[in-house]
Amino acid sequence: MPKKYAIHTKNAAPRFPPVGKYATVEFRENCAGSCRLCVRKQCVYNIFKDNFLHWSNMCEPQYLYTCKSCYRCVEECTKGIFSMSINPEYRTLGDDYWTPGIINSTWAQAHTGNIPVSGAGYRGPFAGEGFDSIWTDMSEIVRPTRDGIHGREYISTMVELSRRPMKLEFGEDMSLITKPSPILEIPLPVTFQQPSFGILSEEVLLSMARSANEVGTLMFIDPENYSFAFSEFSSSLVPRLTASNYYKYSEIIRKSQMVELSYSPTVENEFTRLREIKPGLIISVGIPLNNKAAGLALALSKTEVDTVHFYGSDNGRELDADNPRYLKDMIREIHLELVKNNIRSRVNLVFSGGIAMAEHVAKSLICGADAVAVDLSLLIALECRLCYRCKDSKSCPVKLEEVQQEWGAQRIINLMGAWHNQLLEVMGAFGIREARRIRGEVGRSMWFDDLERDSFSPLFGTRKVTGIGY
Amino acid sequence: MMRNAQAVLNENSRLPQTMITPSRYRNPIGKYVVRRNSSCISCGLCADLCPYGVHLRYENYSEPIRPLDYRCIGYQCEANDFFCVKRCPQHALTLRLNPIMETIGDYRWSSEMILAHWYMAETGNLPPGDLEYSLGYSGGGFDKIRFRIPDPKDYLNIPNEEIDTSLLLNRRRDGRPERVLSLPCYGGGMSFGSTALPVLVGRARAAERLNTLTCTGEGGYPKEFVPHRDNIITQVATGLFGVREETILYAPVVEFKYAQGAKPGLGGHLLGDKVTPEVAKLRETVMGNSLFSPFPFHSVYSVEDHKKHLDWIKEINPKALVSVKVSTPTDSDMVAVGSYYAGAHIIHFDGSYGGTGAAPDIAKKNIAMPIEYAIPKVHRFLMTEGVRDELCLMASGGIRNAVDVAKAIALGANGCVIGTADLVAMECVRCSNCESGRGCARSIATTDAELGYEIKEEWAEQRLVNMYMAWRKQWCEILRQYGLRSIKELVGRSDLLVHLDYLDEDQRKKYQPAPKKKLIL
Repeated sequence: MPKKYAIHTKNAAPRFPPVGKYATVEFRENCAGSCRLCVRKQCVYNIFKDNFLHWSNMCEPQYLYTCKSCYRCVEECTKGIFSMSINPEYRTLGDDYWTPGIINSTWAQAHTGNIPVSGAGYRGPFAGEGFDSIWTDMSEIVRPTRDGIHGREYISTMVELSRRPMKLEFGEDMSLITKPSPILEIPLPVTFQQPSFGILSEEVLLSMARSANEVGTLMFIDPENYSFAFSEFSSSLVPRLTASNYYKYSEIIRKSQMVELSYSPTVENEFTRLREIKPGLIISVGIPLNNKAAGLALALSKTEVDTVHFYGSDNGRELDADNPRYLKDMIREIHLELVKNNIRSRVNLVFSGGIAMAEHVAKSLICGADAVAVDLSLLIALECRLCYRCKDSKSCPVKLEEVQQEWGAQRIINLMGAWHNQLLEVMGAFGIREARRIRGEVGRSMWFDDLERDSFSPLFGTRKVTGIGY
Repeated sequence: MMRNAQAVLNENSRLPQTMITPSRYRNPIGKYVVRRNSSCISCGLCADLCPYGVHLRYENYSEPIRPLDYRCIGYQCEANDFFCVKRCPQHALTLRLNPIMETIGDYRWSSEMILAHWYMAETGNLPPGDLEYSLGYSGGGFDKIRFRIPDPKDYLNIPNEEIDTSLLLNRRRDGRPERVLSLPCYGGGMSFGSTALPVLVGRARAAERLNTLTCTGEGGYPKEFVPHRDNIITQVATGLFGVREETILYAPVVEFKYAQGAKPGLGGHLLGDKVTPEVAKLRETVMGNSLFSPFPFHSVYSVEDHKKHLDWIKEINPKALVSVKVSTPTDSDMVAVGSYYAGAHIIHFDGSYGGTGAAPDIAKKNIAMPIEYAIPKVHRFLMTEGVRDELCLMASGGIRNAVDVAKAIALGANGCVIGTADLVAMECVRCSNCESGRGCARSIATTDAELGYEIKEEWAEQRLVNMYMAWRKQWCEILRQYGLRSIKELVGRSDLLVHLDYLDEDQRKKYQPAPKKKLIL
């Protein structure tokens, strides 16, 4: 058995206090001043004391970011001078898709490498759009299952990004005639890609490249950012080239295991040439995730491409559409198009855009992806608040330009460690030991529409609203 | 099996008395804030006027006292003659919505639902005013299901005492005790380790008074449980903590926990901070070490193995009923029928939105299906198989209030298993910080030497009694509306339910819309 894959996490404290959810409000003028029962001293989490230390160190004023909303100060103050509100700064984090909760949770994972664990039940809506309309299945009594992350058995999250022959041919003497194609495996179904915006300083990109190298995955990167400093990680970098410019980057190509060409109508004509530069090169083609994606994927799968990389919107939607579909629906469409044409197992499909949480990885695989590519999560791991100020060339509130690559890489490694463990949790519950077996395995999931139809339609008749009805 | 009216009356006469059991805290949180400014002359008019006890005035105490605004019914009161803000001669009183409300609760347990349950636990009554205590903001499942508008002709004008809310646990007629609970629900498993001992003992004492049950969870059997053993289910979970011959012998019901709704497919989690010397001793483990129970039972990989487990319990304790607690996978219907053939008396489905002391967030949100889908699926399948009448089907996992219980029963369950609501009755705010450090700052889900003993057993007991008696009032009113004398008649009556998303626009308008609110989580 190969050595068990593990991502080594290590605490990487934030450089700035994370934006906390709660802000305590005090009506100081009503304070008794001498009741000797001051709730500030009795806080179970010591936040008032910590905050006082913060002030005394002349740091910027801030909210009580470690407040856990137990309300004891509110309810026990002898004069009732406390109240609580949502920190207005917390509200401004991210947007409707990249919610403050997702950003906060990503920060915590990047800090500690631990998976988010909490008490009480689920706190969110019944169901949601996109990936939130899928529940994953689990093994119960009657099926053999596996042990999960704390068990004895090895759960492999390894996936391939290299193409596979559709059949093997043997000679009369039973020797293999088919020339085996090169194999490229990554130990978890997550790749990195350079974000489309943000403070992408060399150190920030090096943080991503270094962490990709450490966890054994790949990072898609634009060649203009591929400076000498990246050479150390060249085996983990996938330069994103075009049919018209790749010849300028033959040195980079020689150092790479895999390169990506952005789609153009005759892109497949360049594959041979690329492999002349670097024999055995794994080739990906990047295409926009729009209504032509399924057709292009089918056409490309008949060529010598290894992987097709689809670029969705940052919010996990189809591009170039008035009513953009969700990533889950796009993955299903493309995957099923290839299944229908009996060619799915030949190529690998990587999807990016809106992969914000570990659950999106598992659900993307269920829908039919081989792997995903993450971008904004990498920035958030480096404390980005998704305030989008950088888009207007304004200053970054967390000074991303000052990130050092060792610290940054550890934050991303921690995030991937947490995501990997969460993937193991879900796979353990599935009773599936191979990430490759999840691909397209919708039988191990439950979908909102199906559950409504199977459980509620016999009771309530025909559903009269579309979507999840929220 | 319908019971006669006299038996119902006799049983209901044993139901416990409610008693005012105020908050443990000095400043309970309310939906509204009533403030008195310095122009108050302490005339005492507001105290005389307010029937809800917002304004207190003690003899020989001339200074005005801070209003108990959590009792205020808010802007509804403007229509009343006794509206204090309008009647105050000094205009010293103001009323406004409490801004803290947006920080409490979540999509499932809204702030109003939490506050309303605190009120029920304090008084034993349903809250006056406009607190919405039956619907949350989840936008699906129970929050979209309504009871059909009843025909006034069906109304059964009988007192609560004549209404049967009992639950028969053993429907197999196999010679084992035909245990009847007075309520259609019992307490879900909470382990010593995840939850404070006084909370657990308080639950057991309340179960005794309410003639229902509570459950040990997977944390062993503290000696404090022994006096209440007739009302405590012993849970056998994969870690087998505290499972001994005597704890099996104590139990009227033994529950096999195969899976838990909040973390289906995963074992129990108790993080190291909460493994105190007492917890470690009871679980026979090492202090400070995190405890992860395996998943699943490694001795069970087939229905035959499952039956072997049940037979083992039945052999040890010939009087025990056996419950099988599972989560809600795709094939929950097959699991149910498998458990029936293995000899279970109770099949307990714990839906994916159930409570926990600690679970990975990814599991709580994503693994297994919500209980609303599982109940009709299982009920229908057991009917088709012809074994429905022999099995007690219990539902849990996201059952928050009395109306959810009634809806679950109408969908096909015999009763419900309740966990979170018990804790809310003890002033849980669902902040979800139960899992680590010193545990719960509100002294509920903690084993901390200081925090873990702040709650008094008697207080916990009475708060629970009060809440369940308030729930019973709601069940009785629902049953009366449809001319039903017993909650057993409600089982599987999905014809009494409607789902808003399955109604035409004009029909939908007749029902209360699903509350909507965008929350910051």
